[in-house]
Amino acid sequence: MSSLLISGGRVIDPANNLDAAADVLILDGKIAAVTRHDAGVATKAPPHGTHVIDAAGLIVCPGFIDTHVSLREPGFEEDECTATGTAAALAGGFTTIAAQSDTHPVVDDRAAAEFIRLQAERARNCRVYPLGAVTKESKGEELAEIGQLVQGGAVGFSDAKRPVANSEVMRRALEYTRMFNRPILHFAIVPELSDGGVMHEGFEATRLGFRGIPAAAQDIMTGRDIALAELTGGRIHLMCVTTIDSVERIRRAKLRGISVTADVTPHHLLLTDKVMSSFDTMYKCNPPLRSQKHVDAMIVGLQDGTLSAISSDHQPLALEKKQVDMDTAPFGICGIETLLPVCIRALIEPGHLTWLQLVARLTTGPAAILGLNHGTLSVGQAADVTLIDPEKTWTVRAHEFHSRSRNTPFDGVEVTGKVVTTIVDGEIRFPNNR
Amino acid sequence: MLLSEIPVSGPWGERHLLGLEHLSAEQLNTVLDLAKHYDTITSGGSQRLDVLKGLVVANLFFENSTRTRTSFSLAARRLGADTVDFTASSSSLSKGETFIDTAQTIEAMGIDLVVCRHRTPGAPHLLARNLKAGVLNAGDGTHEHPTQGLLDIYTILKQRGQIAGLTVALVGDIRHSRVARSNIHGLVALGARVIVCGPATLIPSDITRLGVEVAYNLDEILPEVDCVNLLRVQFERQRGAFFPSIAEYAHLFGMNGDRIRRARENLLVLAPGPINRGVELTPEVADGPNSLILNQVTNGLLIRMACLTLLAQERRKDQETHR
Repeated sequence: MSSLLISGGRVIDPANNLDAAADVLILDGKIAAVTRHDAGVATKAPPHGTHVIDAAGLIVCPGFIDTHVSLREPGFEEDECTATGTAAALAGGFTTIAAQSDTHPVVDDRAAAEFIRLQAERARNCRVYPLGAVTKESKGEELAEIGQLVQGGAVGFSDAKRPVANSEVMRRALEYTRMFNRPILHFAIVPELSDGGVMHEGFEATRLGFRGIPAAAQDIMTGRDIALAELTGGRIHLMCVTTIDSVERIRRAKLRGISVTADVTPHHLLLTDKVMSSFDTMYKCNPPLRSQKHVDAMIVGLQDGTLSAISSDHQPLALEKKQVDMDTAPFGICGIETLLPVCIRALIEPGHLTWLQLVARLTTGPAAILGLNHGTLSVGQAADVTLIDPEKTWTVRAHEFHSRSRNTPFDGVEVTGKVVTTIVDGEIRFPNNR
Repeated sequence: MLLSEIPVSGPWGERHLLGLEHLSAEQLNTVLDLAKHYDTITSGGSQRLDVLKGLVVANLFFENSTRTRTSFSLAARRLGADTVDFTASSSSLSKGETFIDTAQTIEAMGIDLVVCRHRTPGAPHLLARNLKAGVLNAGDGTHEHPTQGLLDIYTILKQRGQIAGLTVALVGDIRHSRVARSNIHGLVALGARVIVCGPATLIPSDITRLGVEVAYNLDEILPEVDCVNLLRVQFERQRGAFFPSIAEYAHLFGMNGDRIRRARENLLVLAPGPINRGVELTPEVADGPNSLILNQVTNGLLIRMACLTLLAQERRKDQETHR
């Protein structure tokens, strides 16, 4: 019987509304006890031979969950593979990720979904749940074999960055997925308004001469998706919300009881379109970095829970793909390893969110979206735990990433807050001592 | 004559010329004064000097251009520099090399100044960050075209003696025009009133924050303006139709004889070219007494001589400090 005691840390467990000094005991890969120091009962002596982690000064919380991570395998191994992507996830404090379907070929049949799971088992890093494609080859035309994808382990459906532009197809997809009670994770952008654009449409784009992607491109598709979710009773999850109007539409829809959820990325919480004057392709992402008023609206959305999850939207890209001009460079930020310090800078340091709220957006929020029972320290649950040093100051070094890619706009930036240990099923997986 | 003997009237201090946005009025005047000096001592650019002797200027054109490339080549040779021409179609770019690799390869051959044109905004800025050579932006997508902005301003200045207090209308496709952006930055810095006028689909959002006014009716503003700069309709950069027909464009925004007669008598007509006759302006206007289109071409040579000189001086200073 293996046992592990995490002693003396600040335990934050949003599922149990807990933020207090406590000890966490893990037996055989499951949470056995969480004992608050102020409860007046002494921590039971752990079994003989228990490995004790001194967590004084550290935050102890459920392992993070990411609703969409691009692992790039098969098809784009120059960017990432399952082993490197999941190692990066562990380094970022994530114990569970949903793998995007945007591989080559796309995950639109059961065999492809099972390959994702097989590679994840081989890598033995974090938990990986596949997302299946909504439509065959993610072309937006015919439904993928959704039922068989569910049997292959798909927890949700997504055509990644390719919007399901045809409203009739999306309607059928929302109706069909209802049978399996799985969400559709949609990238809500009107293609006609965004094609060819490289940055947020506004003064900065005008000044720099770049073709813009207007906020309305997201607003309109968000509105359509909500209307279709209401019509069908299906579950829609909107990925990477970035605009004032989208957040407001989602807020109102939730009040009306429509089954809609949404997430936001760390970079859309910290950066604005002003950075584009550097002409640095590392900032090119989709949706684009918006202006400050949009960023402010994202923060309010996180505070009131309209945005119930933060996702890294991890998009690893081989360096040579980014070492080109802005129009040619692909969209995407390799973000899972820097998510925590970026969130601390954007949300904790200015006092926008409490730690309890931030951890909720990284655990219970995404768990509910994907219908997973992870993301808590409740007794009996699988022991997925992340230990954070919230005061640790360090410098982001892209070449030290566990990810195969280095496309980050934060290279060389001094940040605060670091994941020190990540535990999956009661086993310390990060740092990797194997 | 030595490079160090060329008189510089004011501040410069720039290793690269990437745009006019971040230049002060004093720096702009330094270029304009030097162009005027060259105008005088070379009789309009027709006589050769040897102030850039021993320097190598590379023309890196990743986008087609005949006029600007020729003008830069001629300007460099008039000053005694060696020039090498490089066009994307003949390069290893087609073999998959990135344009930064291409530029670094050329620099390794001993280049002092790089004149770069590229279809993407910021491409010369990337070169400036990756090369030791001075970089001169000869047009980056729909961002800036600083020497065109300067030569337009120089052309107006030569006619009117000063820029401050003049009203200049930039007419046409503002959205896709690097010439418009460079003109706006330069003219606003020098104290002109600038009006952008064109179809609403071709005027980008928040342009007024650059210090300009927006108008949609050319006939209404015409009596107030001293100069119109007729921007070419950039059919090649437009995605889809931004206006219903060329006929309607010409009807609303084309400069024709009727409009000239209703404008101020000595209206200056500029067009950066190549012009679409019958679209932005009729032959009557292009070849008429108000037209300064050919003066612009001549002045372009002087402006480019001035810019190459200023960057060459910075390059020399750089090399001396690192020696």
